[in-house]
Amino acid sequence: MGQTPQKWPGIELSNDDLMNKKVTQTRYHPKAKFAWSAGEAISRFLNELKEGRLIGRECRHCKKILFPPRMFCEQCFKPTSKWVYLKDTGTIQTYSISYLDKDAKRITTPIYVGVVSIDGASEKMGIMHYFGEVTKDTIHIGMKVKAKWRPPLERTGSILDIEYFRPLKEGEQ
Amino acid sequence: MRKVAVIGAGMTLFRRRLMETPKELCFEASRMALDSAGIEMKDVDAVISGSAPDGFDGVHMKGEYYSDGCGAYGKPYMRVYVGGGTGVFSAISGWYHIASGLADIALIVNEEKMSSCMPHPQSVFAYIWDPILDRPLKPNLVWIFAMEMNRYMTVHKIKKEDIARVAVKNKRNAVDHPCAQLADPNITVDDVLNSEVMAWPVQRLDISPPSDGAAALVMASEDAVKRLHVETPVWMKGVGWCIDSTMWTDRDLYFPEYVASAAKMAYKMAKIDDPRKQIDFAEPYDPFDYKELHHMEGLLLCKKGEAPILTREGVTQRDGDLPTCPSGGLLGVGNPIAATMGVKIGELYWQLSGQAGKRQIPKEIKTGVTNAWGDLMQYGAVAVMGV
Amino acid sequence: MTFAEKTTDHRKLRRWEGNVEADYYYTSGLAGERFFTELRKNGRILATHCPRCDLTYLPPRMYCERCLAELRDWKEVPATGRVEAFTVARLDEQGHEAPEPQVWAFIKFPGIHGGFVHLVAASEEKVKRGLEVRPRLKPQPLRTGEITDIEAFEPVEH
Repeated sequence: MGQTPQKWPGIELSNDDLMNKKVTQTRYHPKAKFAWSAGEAISRFLNELKEGRLIGRECRHCKKILFPPRMFCEQCFKPTSKWVYLKDTGTIQTYSISYLDKDAKRITTPIYVGVVSIDGASEKMGIMHYFGEVTKDTIHIGMKVKAKWRPPLERTGSILDIEYFRPLKEGEQ
Repeated sequence: MRKVAVIGAGMTLFRRRLMETPKELCFEASRMALDSAGIEMKDVDAVISGSAPDGFDGVHMKGEYYSDGCGAYGKPYMRVYVGGGTGVFSAISGWYHIASGLADIALIVNEEKMSSCMPHPQSVFAYIWDPILDRPLKPNLVWIFAMEMNRYMTVHKIKKEDIARVAVKNKRNAVDHPCAQLADPNITVDDVLNSEVMAWPVQRLDISPPSDGAAALVMASEDAVKRLHVETPVWMKGVGWCIDSTMWTDRDLYFPEYVASAAKMAYKMAKIDDPRKQIDFAEPYDPFDYKELHHMEGLLLCKKGEAPILTREGVTQRDGDLPTCPSGGLLGVGNPIAATMGVKIGELYWQLSGQAGKRQIPKEIKTGVTNAWGDLMQYGAVAVMGV
Repeated sequence: MTFAEKTTDHRKLRRWEGNVEADYYYTSGLAGERFFTELRKNGRILATHCPRCDLTYLPPRMYCERCLAELRDWKEVPATGRVEAFTVARLDEQGHEAPEPQVWAFIKFPGIHGGFVHLVAASEEKVKRGLEVRPRLKPQPLRTGEITDIEAFEPVEH
């Protein structure tokens, strides 16, 4: 029969050991370039973004309007049936105030980001996006927001054609 | 289906960077597991390995690359990968190799070397996001957890103090774990609340670190357990796994449905219908402190929103009624993604066989549950183990 | 069952371009550290021996692949080896025509399990299976503790 382990292996290295080559190592920088196919649904989604519109897709079987649009419903696994234009207003489902950029470096001006569910689609159908014209005291889950679109000539057919979602003003729809 | 037991386990230290190559990490953990089970490589019928993205170690098809360090030469071998769920899923794969009758003894080895990726493993984590819908926003993976944490806190009106208690408990528990990377006997709730804000509401001490490490298990069929005269086999009583939709922006993140589905599958197999009473201790996946609470509820160990209350009342301490993460968890020991198997399945094995040393839970324990969680909040793998 | 509709105008189909980039620092490991340090400092090539399986591994490993024993028995490999197999590469890594053809070979040493894949410093007419070769190292000050400390293998003149 065996025994309970007494010694735990592993030789620790410090950042200095690795960065300043105190241990032998080989360094490599792979370069891989991609052109991802947007496919049927997202191609249309991006084309509509360029026109300043949000579009969803109806699943007749589940009686839901799905957003982002997709050609098949992953719940019932049937093809979706038709395109449905949505509004560009919505509700904040959750958010974060980030002091880190994408490489985990600290930034001083925070990024407000979160999930916004879009009006016209079924409940809680949303996308991740930035929030703007908010402060940490004004932003809250349940806040009504509206898309701030970039000027038409600056739009390229990208999720960034919307600059951010901002609080819905009095009387706006 | 045949009964399957864990009869040995091993793990390396978990550290931010280790000198060993991926192959050497696998060897160290495998050798320990074989020695603790009292067997040699020739006795092993199949080898299973789990490891998360190739992008961390920086070697394409790394499962095949490090397989010789797992002793897989000339044997049936496969690598499983379900994101962060791999820490428990590899054990499930080991289980079905034996339960099906294909193997009598299996070696399961999980490895992760995140330190090869520079400047930070975040650069690779970034590729989990959808390239068209998410990546143009230049997201950081911490945002995901921050958004899920915020939703969970808001729906149940949970204060940060109650969540910080989990980090304090686990980092203190980890002092008794020989492999721990971030143990701290003196950490307090204030330390956590005053640590720097990464992406509100996540602060630095809410998160487990990236780590290098490896862990291994030896599993055996009932016949092999008898043949080898194993004194303290720990049986795999129930397993379950489940994946949710990739459209995470369409889901309410306050409750992990997929963890509950996997848990139900495992409890059914283990004939457990009242988890809170029939489970003696738990090792839920805790890469962030709020995740322990989120998963306790997903594992149906308490009602939705009740987990922070149990923590506040001390129920989840090692000497409480439902010890949770007695190992110190990922928060205290470290988070080398797939190699967390050592702190989850490994801990269940060491606790239930009485080999947990200073971490041994004082009350009598017969059954434990653990889960691992992966991808963009999608994957749940659950295992129930018992004696 | 297929999709309910399909775009037929290819100009309406979009693609999104991007790249996957990171830097990797690969440590040599416990066995590799000794191997590369010895190569860099003293120009010696070492291997490890498993007494149970009677195999001597090159590159040296910390463990035996067959029985998973920990290996502590280090030996120097013989001074010359032989070309076991070779190929002539006329395209470079990117798939463009290389300025000169390069001969790449798998080189084995007597009594040693394993070997090196490396450049052979000889014209393609001279290289054949069984050709005796020896490693040509960079001058010591230029060695960095990587496989490129061996510049190439050159034919042994008799």
